[in-house]
Amino acid sequence: MTIVQFALLGAALFVIGLYGVLTRKNAVLVLASVEVMLAAVNVNLVAFDVYLGDASHAGQMMALFIIALAAAEVGIGIAIVLMIFRNRRSADVDELDAMRY
Amino acid sequence: MTVTFTDWITEVANWVFLVIALATLAGALMVVTARNVVRAVLALVVTFAGAAALFLMLGAEFVGWTVVLVYIGAVIILFLIGIMITRAPLTQNTELSGPMAMRIPAAILSVLLFAVMAWAVIASLGADMIPLPDQATSTASLGETLFTNWVIPFEAVSFVLLAALIGGIALARKDTTEEGETT
Repeated sequence: MTIVQFALLGAALFVIGLYGVLTRKNAVLVLASVEVMLAAVNVNLVAFDVYLGDASHAGQMMALFIIALAAAEVGIGIAIVLMIFRNRRSADVDELDAMRY
Repeated sequence: MTVTFTDWITEVANWVFLVIALATLAGALMVVTARNVVRAVLALVVTFAGAAALFLMLGAEFVGWTVVLVYIGAVIILFLIGIMITRAPLTQNTELSGPMAMRIPAAILSVLLFAVMAWAVIASLGADMIPLPDQATSTASLGETLFTNWVIPFEAVSFVLLAALIGGIALARKDTTEEGETT
């Protein structure tokens, strides 16, 4: 196994997540696409940590912090989507254009 | 010591890698294109399981099992609850993505960004086909560095988690004042 294959897989996962963030209408699925992008970042961080062989394991630590923060982000994100749904009867991000004009 | 393509393709670990990577990418594609919300979220399980399997292959055992516990165990459930609460159609297929006028530029942008990143990876690391070290990171050494070198970020993350917990409750509960009016 080399570092290149993991870096390429991370790049592919990241752009797939980006496509989802740009095209999905349902706010929960936008959050799911963000999770795909975060998984891509984690793959990169862990692979480069193993590649560099750093004694303080900076890459794996960053991946663990990202996992913890992503859990917090999803909790807050779902709470915000729930508030929007309660106020507007819809979780469709295309309809959230009150501040557009 | 570099690896040629023949060396690479004859190594069994790389076949395992290819299978896991294809499953991960297929799951990710299904997350962003599926026409059923529940299927999209369950495809996220495949993506996370693939990522966890890759972490195990890299010897990052603690990170791998943390992904299984936190993502597959907790975050997916949160997503399913979010879908049910927002009353998305659970059983029938609906259009969940934007119109073609939105999808085609997004696809072009994604492919271009992938081309740039793949070019950067191959230009900077492509000549460097060094095999990765194949020893596992012990959880003991990870814990030791977490509580020596990384103790301040660790405390900061625990504080952020507390703030997120309070924020989630404050956002999601129905805020009723004493006069009975909801805000």
